Amino acid sequence: MFPRPIEQTAPTTQLLYKLALPAALLLWLLPLLGVAVTSVRPSSDLAAGNYFGWPSAFAWQNYVEVFTNSPIGQYILNSFKVTIPAVIGAVALSCMTGFALGIYKFRSNLLIFFLFVAGNFVPAQILMIPVRNLTLQLGLYNSTSGLVLFHIAFQAGFCTLFMRNFIRALPRELIEAARVEGVSEVRIFWYVVLPLMRPALAALAVLVFTFVWNDYFWATVLTQSAASQPVTAGLYALNGQWIAAWQLVSAGSIVAALPPVLMFFLMQRHFIAGLTLGAVK
Amino acid sequence: MAVAHPPLSRTEAPSRSWWRRNQQRIAPLIFLAPGLFMFAVYVLIPIVQSLWLGFYDWDGLGARTWLGWANYVELWTDDAFWTSLKNNVIWLVLYMLAPPAGLLIAIFLNQNVTGIRVYKSLFFFPFVISQVVVGLIFSWFYAPNFGLFYKLIEAVTGTGVAVLADERFVTYGIIAAGLWPQVAYCMILYLTGLNSIAPEQVEAARLDGAKGWRMLWHVILPQLRPATFIAVVVTVIGALRSFDLVSIMTSGGPYGSSRVLSYYMYEQALSEYGYRMGYGAAIATVLFLIMMIFISGFIWKMVRDEREG
Amino acid sequence: MRLLSRSSLLALAAGALVAVPATAQQRTLTYYGDFDPAPLAAFQTAIAEFEKANPDIDVVFQNFDHEGYKTAIRNFLTADPPDIANWYAGNRMAPFVNGGQFMDVSDVWAEHGLAESLASALPSMTLDGKQWGVPYTYYQWGIYFNRTLYDQVGAEVPSTWDEFIANCAKFKEAGIDCVTTGTKALWPAAGIFDYLDLRTNGYDFHMALTNGEVPWTDDRVKATFTEWAKLVEPGYVVANHAAVDWQDAAALLVQGKAANFVIGNFAVPYFKDGGMTDETLGFMPFPTITPDVPRAELAPIDSVHITAGAKNPDDAKKFLAYLATAEVQTKINEAFGQLPINKDSEVGDDPYLQAGFELLSTTEGGIAQFFDRDAPAEMAKIAMEGFQQFMIKPDKLDDILMRLEAARGRVYK
Repeated sequence: MFPRPIEQTAPTTQLLYKLALPAALLLWLLPLLGVAVTSVRPSSDLAAGNYFGWPSAFAWQNYVEVFTNSPIGQYILNSFKVTIPAVIGAVALSCMTGFALGIYKFRSNLLIFFLFVAGNFVPAQILMIPVRNLTLQLGLYNSTSGLVLFHIAFQAGFCTLFMRNFIRALPRELIEAARVEGVSEVRIFWYVVLPLMRPALAALAVLVFTFVWNDYFWATVLTQSAASQPVTAGLYALNGQWIAAWQLVSAGSIVAALPPVLMFFLMQRHFIAGLTLGAVK
Repeated sequence: MAVAHPPLSRTEAPSRSWWRRNQQRIAPLIFLAPGLFMFAVYVLIPIVQSLWLGFYDWDGLGARTWLGWANYVELWTDDAFWTSLKNNVIWLVLYMLAPPAGLLIAIFLNQNVTGIRVYKSLFFFPFVISQVVVGLIFSWFYAPNFGLFYKLIEAVTGTGVAVLADERFVTYGIIAAGLWPQVAYCMILYLTGLNSIAPEQVEAARLDGAKGWRMLWHVILPQLRPATFIAVVVTVIGALRSFDLVSIMTSGGPYGSSRVLSYYMYEQALSEYGYRMGYGAAIATVLFLIMMIFISGFIWKMVRDEREG
Repeated sequence: MRLLSRSSLLALAAGALVAVPATAQQRTLTYYGDFDPAPLAAFQTAIAEFEKANPDIDVVFQNFDHEGYKTAIRNFLTADPPDIANWYAGNRMAPFVNGGQFMDVSDVWAEHGLAESLASALPSMTLDGKQWGVPYTYYQWGIYFNRTLYDQVGAEVPSTWDEFIANCAKFKEAGIDCVTTGTKALWPAAGIFDYLDLRTNGYDFHMALTNGEVPWTDDRVKATFTEWAKLVEPGYVVANHAAVDWQDAAALLVQGKAANFVIGNFAVPYFKDGGMTDETLGFMPFPTITPDVPRAELAPIDSVHITAGAKNPDDAKKFLAYLATAEVQTKINEAFGQLPINKDSEVGDDPYLQAGFELLSTTEGGIAQFFDRDAPAEMAKIAMEGFQQFMIKPDKLDDILMRLEAARGRVYK
């Protein structure tokens, strides 16, 4: 394993490492601490210019206010309603497309791959009007389903890129061996390739979850009412017309950021080195 | 490639179905179809529609007027466009620091001490928090009078520098804010990559006496190629998108000096003060073409690497 | 949804009370708005009262967040228009009027004599000789100052611009910034420009300028900038304002690091939240520059409009008329902490509101809407960037004016 496993080094190195970890983390998360402190500041602190000093009081009620001032519970539910289907859809579709583009050689392989990659590079703004019109025509405007469909389609570009590259790195012998055995392509996909892709699937699921969860632009374009809006759009409802309630926005952002982080934490056990190894017998 | 005919298995009937004979040729089409269809409908066709829009003058509400190349001609003489372009180049160059930084942190965290899962999750956190909040907190770091960064510079050099108010430094200030989540992103890509490194190659190299930088360069990095490729691709995408941060930290200011193409497009087409969808589409087209240069470059390199490997 | 059920519940309750015959149908009125929590509550009460008075109408109200609304409106006006929508007056509504998205409501104005009762807002609601919405609130702009600092350096509240500048010298000596502002969002700088122009050249000239009828290189425009230079060149404005939002700039006033702030009345709750009181926070109208120019003021107006795609325009017109009445405007503005347009309405006790009401009702020169509403959107953006640049680099004035003039040629076709 790279780098050298720490258990194999001298005890002092191990100790240094164990001290270095929290120190590095603190430095890394310093801005985040700033957000967290802001989230418990009373609004008078900000009005008086006290941004980084010790808060004059710990306004835990900011978190309560976030839930009472806006229907954030509904927004969070909507976020889940949009994100989970989108992740499942995008990852599922891209497993297939990545498989197709990674395993098979056919003439338009490179061209189609190119299209997926290129389509993913576009600035979102350029798609706004056509996608909005399409969603309208499908009767899905102002619904979570409209958002889900868009995200599945858009994320498919990036996910295909990701999957195709990981599949290309898999050992070919497995697949050839299975073909020699007479296994059908579909079964090869399902029983041979898919299990090998588990770490990549896990990583991709986390990434797509984060992208879709944090999307603000499309939430404002395709949804209007609190019944369908996800939490990103709802967060800015905490800002008033004139006075930005940054302490509330900070509190809300921390609440809104928890699901993706939790997701990553849960998916970590899928990142197991040597999974590929086990299959090459 | 010749379609290999698998040998007849004794348990199968002598006459195989057409599917069995041709599945290797058909399978890719079937697997591709759903994803490609969705992508075409929601992304590829709208791109074409929007690019076409660049030839019109349209305020998004009323009728469209055909302009031909007039929008592009105007872009050529537009100072704001050239400033945006210059800034985009700076973003691209400096954002390339993200993959190496991400790799270093991934290597740092690739151990098995207790609680390493928690550390990995927390290092990932900046990527997860909304970019608007990232921009906000960095704005306060840089803010004159009370910002920590301002005070630091003041303590060191005597006069404070308000990064976001100074046209010379503003873009660099925003890029620093953007690198924070971007490095977290590269880190997770490399963590995944490090997990799929073949241990026997590493062991073999160690036996040969390789360690440290040599190990990294000759043994590890080549195996991390898929991860590096993706890391670079997403970093380029991130650098060219950069919309949220510019929007929240400076709104393109002071007086437009931190503008980038994605923000300029939004300003022209969709913002409070912009009702020129055609002009915005023209800007987006330029941005798209720049991105195309990169994509083509990457794919070409990738194909070449794969052919050699 | 919470908002939905309350209106519907009240409507149902009201309906039951009035014992509407079973054959009477409930007509719906959809209304999209972007209110803050306190005004939202006031509006919901107003809506409930309207429903009580009109039991056969059910108002379905939906609230958006303020920034998101500005994007949402461009989508929903074409996609799925409500009957009524919030927006702003002046040139700000021009894109929608010209795009055929707002309905002409001159008949409502004529029928209910609104040209009389809402006289102060009439010019701002009129385009091409027709009215396109009904205004319900506005607020004054002016100079808010820290009285403690004034006392500290022995400065008197100025009535002319030269007196103001003389005070600035005193403040600078004491190490205090004379004027604080935050131009990150650009519009606070426009507020300063508007006032300087209105005081130097008068309302008619200012309107002509924002309408694109006067070249930016004109001598009178340069005169305005000369007055502005008196503030900028000696360094009386707080440094690094381009990095700062108006709220961060307000904090400087609260902390006693700056003495004056050209801002609107919406800032008062923020000053008070930071610790200022009615005694320490002062308000003064912008001082005079050219002596015989009739005094004009800045007072941006919020309004409601009927969309072109409205399914129920008749009831929508009833609602607009209702919103224009003195009583309703009084109640709504109490919650807003702003000023009613209707000249027969009453104003709250707050000293700043009273001062504003005084100020605006005695304005002979005309009420401007604020630069980014009086000028077309694109021109406004370019000009405001120019103002910001001027405040940082006053020596670039000629370049700036030339750039603005070039934009004028392109924008006002």
